[in-house]
Amino acid sequence: MRRLFGLLTVISAMFALSGAAAAVNDAVLMAKRPAKLLSDYGLFADGAAQVPGERVVAYDLISPLFTDYAHKFRFIYVPEGKTAAYDDTEVLDFPVGSALVKTFAYPADFRKPDDNIRLLETRLLIHQAEGWVTWAYVWNEDQSDAVLKVAGATIPVSWTDESGAPRSIQYVVPNKNQCKGCHVFDKAVSPIGPKARNMNRDNVYAGNTQNQLAHLAAIGFLTGAPSPDQAPRVPAPDDAAASLDARARAYLDVNCAHCHRMEGPASTSGLFLIYGETRMNQVGLKKRPVAAGRGSGNLAYDIDPGHADRSIIPFRMESVDPGVMMPELGRTVAHAEGVKLISDWINSMKE
Amino acid sequence: MNIIFKSAAVALCLGTSALAWAQAETETAPAATEEAAMADNVIRVVPGENAQEDIQEALILAEPGSVIELGAGIYNLTGALSLDVPNITLRGAGMDQTILSFKGQTTGSEGLLVTAGGAWIENLAIEDTPGDGIKAKGVDQITFKDVRVEWTRGPNAENGAYGLYPVESKNVLIDGAVVRGASDAGIYVGQSQQIIVRNSRAEFNVAGIEIENCYFADVYDNVATRNTGGILIFDMPNLPQKGGHSIRIYNNKSFANDTANFAPPGNVVGSVPRGTGLIVMANHDVEVYDNEFYDNASINVSVNAYQRDYNDPEFDPLPRNIYIHDNTYGRAGWDPDKAVKDLVAPLTGTPIPDIVWDGAVDGIWAAFFGADEGKGVYVKEAATVKVANLNVVRDMILPWDVSPTFELEEYQGTLPPRDAVKLPQDK
Repeated sequence: MRRLFGLLTVISAMFALSGAAAAVNDAVLMAKRPAKLLSDYGLFADGAAQVPGERVVAYDLISPLFTDYAHKFRFIYVPEGKTAAYDDTEVLDFPVGSALVKTFAYPADFRKPDDNIRLLETRLLIHQAEGWVTWAYVWNEDQSDAVLKVAGATIPVSWTDESGAPRSIQYVVPNKNQCKGCHVFDKAVSPIGPKARNMNRDNVYAGNTQNQLAHLAAIGFLTGAPSPDQAPRVPAPDDAAASLDARARAYLDVNCAHCHRMEGPASTSGLFLIYGETRMNQVGLKKRPVAAGRGSGNLAYDIDPGHADRSIIPFRMESVDPGVMMPELGRTVAHAEGVKLISDWINSMKE
Repeated sequence: MNIIFKSAAVALCLGTSALAWAQAETETAPAATEEAAMADNVIRVVPGENAQEDIQEALILAEPGSVIELGAGIYNLTGALSLDVPNITLRGAGMDQTILSFKGQTTGSEGLLVTAGGAWIENLAIEDTPGDGIKAKGVDQITFKDVRVEWTRGPNAENGAYGLYPVESKNVLIDGAVVRGASDAGIYVGQSQQIIVRNSRAEFNVAGIEIENCYFADVYDNVATRNTGGILIFDMPNLPQKGGHSIRIYNNKSFANDTANFAPPGNVVGSVPRGTGLIVMANHDVEVYDNEFYDNASINVSVNAYQRDYNDPEFDPLPRNIYIHDNTYGRAGWDPDKAVKDLVAPLTGTPIPDIVWDGAVDGIWAAFFGADEGKGVYVKEAATVKVANLNVVRDMILPWDVSPTFELEEYQGTLPPRDAVKLPQDK
């Protein structure tokens, strides 16, 4: 059960006035061993309601990663006296001491996304002196706190989807190594999401609408950022005003390119899906599979232009067979809307 | 309660909760891991209800340099295991004693993924993974010693692609492996450097042993039989590492590779003809000697260009500097399949000659006067060994001259001997 945000903002504001707002515990963040409880870090003023603590700032992505339809609450913490450096193409360069926080949650009814939210897990990416570390915390039954899980977990989840149909899945909390399965750049653990092009959008801060990059710059979290209209921006997957090509490429960028790039785990495939990749053969156009095995689905090309039904990429996006499916981690069901987007894109290509 | 830390000083008997500080469910002495971190520490796991969690926790929490021992028995696993701690030895009680069964796997695309260097995996079996058996990606020093990977239902298109699958790695040692049933390649080394594959047995796979886009590989003392194709030395376009070279294939037996090709179409191995002893495709500096090739119904040895369309200006599709000598050849080519049946047999008749080179060379000059120094295909075999050059480029230029040549003297030349591959972990 989660109460309404507005009320909580008021409550946390009252806390702030009384000087009782949660401050992040830097010593716990930087400790070699992870805390047993999520609350030990002090990242939230109210964890159950996902109200962030001091210097913990909420953000959203324009084109988010699909994770079994989970709703996500994302936050950035940058310690006092430090700032992240802007980057045009890669993830913003967060200083040592920073933390990225992502909570995965399911509203009971997706038609009322703010009511009856069940928090499942909160994942932390903490930038320690030796590099980024990853930990996953699973929320307890009464949603009062979340507990460290090193070896992962499987949690049954049910919800009612936007069309009113009942859905249920076996939600998978990743183990520590699986985190690195995606969060790796040139062999080092790295964040994926907070890239300028995917953060360049509005959000509401204390009742005021402001561009996220501009907000981060204004509060001293980010230096070197151009004005939002000068920064790159990807379209949302359902943005009818944007080109199909840009939407599809943005979708592949955030869902696939952390592996499918020279610096990622799928470098061996030669399929490179990063947003700026211009060599269309490397993006899959008439590219034959290399080590796909059954993943090829008896099809000749990753992208057979004009023929999504003959293309390996949508075939693997639709599959839930662990020997076939893509991405390999982070989903147990197909993302119907994503499959449709990529299929439409391939079908729109000239043969 | 399946994990036991044992150190030289103490033997502690602890449950999974001892793994730590990392588990919030219980309060235990963190001393356990400190003890375990001492020299010669061993983490022991035995089969049980929590096999998945027990093994995965050990793989995550092991200190670098420690040994994880998996006791005899069957471990029923539901998800991919992964190892990201350096210098870990993962040891079973034998390839028929310690069996990691992935029949019930629902998550992850391989049985075990290794992403840390110095891994030594020995005396265990991986069975029935929906995807690859063991994949090692981007590591320096990876050893598979006496490891079995098997799909127990036999050849089936639904089996995983690769049994042992080190890729983009350096210092790869595969010794004493047994791999059966892979729908692509049983033992597959890709985009790697400094490789030894030896004393291993590959059966009932589409490709028994495949070395693809690799530099410096020694493949010796192996048996490849009952596969579709026994040994493949391939180079493919559009990959980060290409231009495979410096490979020696010697003292192997590749015979009776008689399993119909069961690869999912679309994959390059889907084109391998049933009954192939060896294919060398688009590599350079490859030496093939002292092997035995026999009872291969399509062809004993094929040397050919990459034949599919590709879009990669840096890719060289031609085999160059290939030296084949002192092998023994038995019966072959009496019942060719796929391209050997459709393209080779009409030119050479059956039985197909022991060694067939498609003759693809670049340019008219080479087509008529032979390849330049250092770009040829050289053969030195007994006079009874039949060799054919299909002259495909020549045929392209002069379509009326569709006659393969069979003269051994066309292949005069040798390669300078190359030093054996030496691996730091191979003592």
